[in-house]
Amino acid sequence: MGAASGWANRSKPSRRINPTPVSAERPLSKPKTCFTSTPVSRSPAAHWSAGSSPEAFAAVQEGNLSSVMSNSLQEEREMLKKERCKLLHQASSPAGISFDPGTPTKPSYTRSASLPAESHLVTCANPAKVSCKKQLECLAQLYSSCIAENLVPNIFLELFFVLQLLTSKGTSTAEDGDSDPEISERNRDVSGRQHFESVHNCVYFAVRVLDYQFEIISHLEKGMLKLLAENERISSFSPTLHKRLRQAYESSTAKVSLLLPCSVQSVSFQPETDNRSNFPSDRAFQVFKKQRDIFYELLREWEDNHEKTVWDFERVLGSKIRAMMAHLSATCNHSRFARLFQKQLIQMCKGPIGGGASWGDTPDQDVLNMLGSDNLSRLKRLQERFVVPQSIRGPCPPPSFPGCQQFFRDFILSAGSYQFNQHLVDSLCLKILELNGLTLVEHDHSDGETDMEEQDEKKRFTVALLSLRLLAKFLGFIVFLPYRTAEQPAGDMPDSALVLRNQTLPVLDILKLLRQSIRDQRSILTIPWIVEYLSLVDHVAPFLDYYRKVFGLLLQVYRLMVLSEDKEMSFLNKLLILAVLGWLFQVPSVPEELFFTTDDRQERFVMDTVTSAQALDFVPLVDQQLLYTCCPYLSELRKLLASFVAGSGGKNGGFIRKITPTAAESLAPKASVTQQKLQVDLEQAFFHNQPPSLRRTVEFVAERVGSNCVKHIKATLVADLVQRAEAMLQDKVKEEDVNHDKLLEEVCTHLYEEGAQALIKGREFCKKKGPEAVRVLLPEETSAAVLSSAESIAVELATEKACGWLSANIAALIKREVKATFNRMLKVPGFPLPGVDAVELRRDCPPGCQHCAPFPSQMINEIKYVLCVAVGPREEGEVVDYVWLECLLGRLSQTLRCRKFMCPTAEQQLAKCTVELASLLVSDRVPLSLGIKSSEKSPERLRGKNDPTSGLLKLLFSIWKEDFGTSVPVQLIFSKKNVGYLTEAKQREWDLFLFLLHGLTEHELMRTSEIQSCLHSLEELPWPSDFVKDLKRLSRVFVSEHQIEKPRTNPCELTRQSLATVTTQS
Amino acid sequence: MKLSKAQYDEIAQFLGHVQPTRQSLRKLKEKFPSQSQSTLLSIFSQEYQKQIKRTHAKHHTAEAIETYYQRYLNGVMKNAAAPVLLDLANEVDFAPSLMARIVLERFLQEKEQAIPSKTLISSMLRDPSQIPDGVLANQVYQCTVNDCCYGPLVDCIKHAVGHEHEVLLREMLLEKNLSFIAEDQLRAKGYDKTPDFILEVPVAVEGHIIHWIESKASFGDESSHQAYLQDQFWSYWNRFGPGLVIYWYGFIEELDCHRERGILLKDCFPTDIVTLRHSMAQR
Repeated sequence: MGAASGWANRSKPSRRINPTPVSAERPLSKPKTCFTSTPVSRSPAAHWSAGSSPEAFAAVQEGNLSSVMSNSLQEEREMLKKERCKLLHQASSPAGISFDPGTPTKPSYTRSASLPAESHLVTCANPAKVSCKKQLECLAQLYSSCIAENLVPNIFLELFFVLQLLTSKGTSTAEDGDSDPEISERNRDVSGRQHFESVHNCVYFAVRVLDYQFEIISHLEKGMLKLLAENERISSFSPTLHKRLRQAYESSTAKVSLLLPCSVQSVSFQPETDNRSNFPSDRAFQVFKKQRDIFYELLREWEDNHEKTVWDFERVLGSKIRAMMAHLSATCNHSRFARLFQKQLIQMCKGPIGGGASWGDTPDQDVLNMLGSDNLSRLKRLQERFVVPQSIRGPCPPPSFPGCQQFFRDFILSAGSYQFNQHLVDSLCLKILELNGLTLVEHDHSDGETDMEEQDEKKRFTVALLSLRLLAKFLGFIVFLPYRTAEQPAGDMPDSALVLRNQTLPVLDILKLLRQSIRDQRSILTIPWIVEYLSLVDHVAPFLDYYRKVFGLLLQVYRLMVLSEDKEMSFLNKLLILAVLGWLFQVPSVPEELFFTTDDRQERFVMDTVTSAQALDFVPLVDQQLLYTCCPYLSELRKLLASFVAGSGGKNGGFIRKITPTAAESLAPKASVTQQKLQVDLEQAFFHNQPPSLRRTVEFVAERVGSNCVKHIKATLVADLVQRAEAMLQDKVKEEDVNHDKLLEEVCTHLYEEGAQALIKGREFCKKKGPEAVRVLLPEETSAAVLSSAESIAVELATEKACGWLSANIAALIKREVKATFNRMLKVPGFPLPGVDAVELRRDCPPGCQHCAPFPSQMINEIKYVLCVAVGPREEGEVVDYVWLECLLGRLSQTLRCRKFMCPTAEQQLAKCTVELASLLVSDRVPLSLGIKSSEKSPERLRGKNDPTSGLLKLLFSIWKEDFGTSVPVQLIFSKKNVGYLTEAKQREWDLFLFLLHGLTEHELMRTSEIQSCLHSLEELPWPSDFVKDLKRLSRVFVSEHQIEKPRTNPCELTRQSLATVTTQS
Repeated sequence: MKLSKAQYDEIAQFLGHVQPTRQSLRKLKEKFPSQSQSTLLSIFSQEYQKQIKRTHAKHHTAEAIETYYQRYLNGVMKNAAAPVLLDLANEVDFAPSLMARIVLERFLQEKEQAIPSKTLISSMLRDPSQIPDGVLANQVYQCTVNDCCYGPLVDCIKHAVGHEHEVLLREMLLEKNLSFIAEDQLRAKGYDKTPDFILEVPVAVEGHIIHWIESKASFGDESSHQAYLQDQFWSYWNRFGPGLVIYWYGFIEELDCHRERGILLKDCFPTDIVTLRHSMAQR
């Protein structure tokens, strides 16, 4: 690692990518004593006195690698250290000294200062100039064995170092003077330094190690292989390795993209879990509704602004989040919100770089059209170069929360809510346990569908693994948050804290889960997320008894997981586990001595694994894409090479490599004595010799049909019962002032008996639907016997599921639904009056209606205009055209007949307005203009049956009677206000009023007696005495007329006569 | 009809202090003959409401109320048939319906010696026949009928217009064979926030996938759109994903800036609809 900084110091400043020394990437801790990594700035003496690590290492090494002399290891370490010291002293920039890994530095530590001002050309490494080949070869072998046997804490760190050697640049002065291998050979004896003094030796060593580690390298991604295959130093130092690399590159399909499209979506609202019935109170429901919206509002605000420099999460969002927490506490909604939070977290962050960079990450349709899908992939790669960070950060970055994860982390920090954290932890644990239990369907080689299935399963595994890692990281974050310190606690470990913390139980028993996963051979799923969890430990936690055991066990797994292509576990599966564990051992808060101390208390590694159907380790589930997604730092290797060889290009082809899965055999349960058990066993046996898809289909059908059955019963039987209950309640609630609860109970009890029908209907449903579904889903060629067995099993399972649920819940369901309906019923305004709506609902458009009548809103607007002009104030000469008004009423009739656009409020308003209009018409408040005829207008002319107003009134009668679907409030005509319009009325207006009254009775809009009583009560009001006289006279005439005229048929003709009578009398 | 921010500002500028009467509306139409009447009316109504919101407090101080009431009493004493309340409202730049409410409330307070309930007042505004004083009843009615931005009649017209456009939208969806769940069905299922229509199968409009459609029978100006985003559209997005808003009376073009994020604005039913598996409109 130290070599990295030396190397960095010598790089050219003109380079586009600034390489970063590895050691400085873990600035929050003191560095690990790694196999090859001695801090540059430390003197060897200081290092030796630093601790017991080398001894510890030696002990380990002696136990496991007896074939290699331990002395040579230490010798090599020393040599490397010296080499680094030398390189450091050669570096002209004083900034190189500042790489004191013992001092915590900020992550933003800038490395540009360390670049030397001088720029050297890359020295041409020459195989002929290599000195002490023999020793180098020996060292290479030794070193490679350590890597191969997992004796180094992080194999990729070592590979990174090797690549640094491969790409190192010597100073030209050193090279030129050192041209004779013989001289170097002699010098070696003087000091061990010379082994790695020249670039030629470094490259030689590196190429040898790469040769030994070819298998690992050949499993890395294609871009990396390409760079190695094109590396001139390799080709000149080892043509055979070059050839192998070329072949590996050409046959590799392991293209890796760190930019997976990730379109951000919200968590959808699911009525089954999110509607009112899931909340204890209306308030809790309403509050949560608001919290959901606030949460997304915060998220959007963060999206928009977090990249701006002046924007500060806590300052802008902190108080909003805490207000939200307070509301959640008040209504006990934390668990619900925690679930939403967790779902949104998964939705946004399961991508490789912490979720999409923007909300609209999916390719724009326009762009797609413009470029075509072929060019789109190029565009994507280009985009990747922009979005994915290119600077070299070393293969062991500290844990971080990239991309959208940052929002969620900051949210937790700003919320600072104990309740929220607790519920979030619960929610995370629950989801982790669920995902950790993932089972894959075994693969069947015999049929051709494996490829597709295998891909699906791989996808499922990938999704589960990435989600698990994400959730575990957040779980670890919250769990260790209270103990987090910026740096390792100074001095001795606080014993008291240790004693106390040793007493507490972990929220999630990861030790148990880890053991189980090893036993069940599912470590490929479990270890990667446990590593994420542990990467966030505080500085004390690893010393707790519990976590000591966990780390001890992980260390054993690491040691034993020797990389080779064997039957037990695929190479890439192992590589992933090694990569994540290696990374964990480098995490700042994980103590460095961990790797090198053997703990006697460590439990024996459980080798007695159980081969179960759930085993995952055998299945080649990991591909390079997943490996690099989980360990993005692996691409540091490639970046290092790329920065050495700038601007290499070249096209390549490739074929799709198929990974053939191996199936684990499932064990049929042992037969037992009871008949029932026998049946179950028979069923299992039946599935045993069938393709696994059969079982999956049957189970799937059973699950769905069972669920649908319950839904169907709810929608039919229960709905019917509720409807009947509604009718019963409607009757009874009107009877007297009854106790609602008691009434409800009574009605429900009545219905429970019929609820028993549900089981019978449920059984019928499953029996009908189950076989249909099975038949559709199974292959056509399935034999009749197999089919019928599958059908009956599916029906049996579905019935079990549905009827089990129904028998337990039907009564409660009925009660809940009836209660909800009852509450709605009570809330309806005007209840328990038989609603106007009931009458209204029966109406329909006339047959053949084209729905092209004017809109109701338009009609209200126009009538409003007429009313406006009528009540004034009017402008000079402002009139209402008679023909236009007549036409308006005609259109109103059409509007009312077409029911399509009508709504109750509009219709009621129209009814009210037309009554108002009638009152204004009879009192001559509407300034009607009769067009040309208006000049001839005279009171005499307008009187009598040809009065234009009566024509309009006749239209209104007909509209009220025939066209309105709602009841028309004609009694408003007798309101004090409207009758008041008549106070200064002349004879003509009284005639029209009488005409109106007759019209009302003739069209059965009001009964005669009603009108009489209205008129009587009007007479009681404090009017001017003349007006009361007029009213009384009118009342008298109306009564007499009506009695006389009753047998007659034509109301209008009659009215003319009666008006004349009134006139003569007055 | 989409308006640019500049076009909109020109109209809003003109509307500065226009009174909400039918005469003003006529003038507005003459001034901007190229704009549709409903768009103009909608903008007018919104602008006027903004102005009223700004000055609302001013008209509700105890002093103001007392002054208005005394002026009303003096006015009707001189001539009960004159448009006393309406003129007063216009004079002090306040909505006639709201002025009627202030005076009515004050009147009832004096008569009943208690503060009348809001529902009673609203009910009397809707049906002035219930007002015990005949003169006041006429004055109030004159105010509510003449007001073209506030009052029960206007409220009803707005409600009707909204309903009609929902029905229109439903027809168009049926015609295009797009299956949907309407608001009332969603409510019955217990959704807490519901757009007018949720598409059972999402479609792409102009290349953007939408899950829901909301119909707005108004003009989309800045303040109303912000309020809708806050109260409705983002809430729908939070629950159902991206969606489409149709402002039937147009909107300010610049507001259609959340397309990428999932809120699409249109002023009519879209023609470029791509459904799953087959294209309905040829691109």
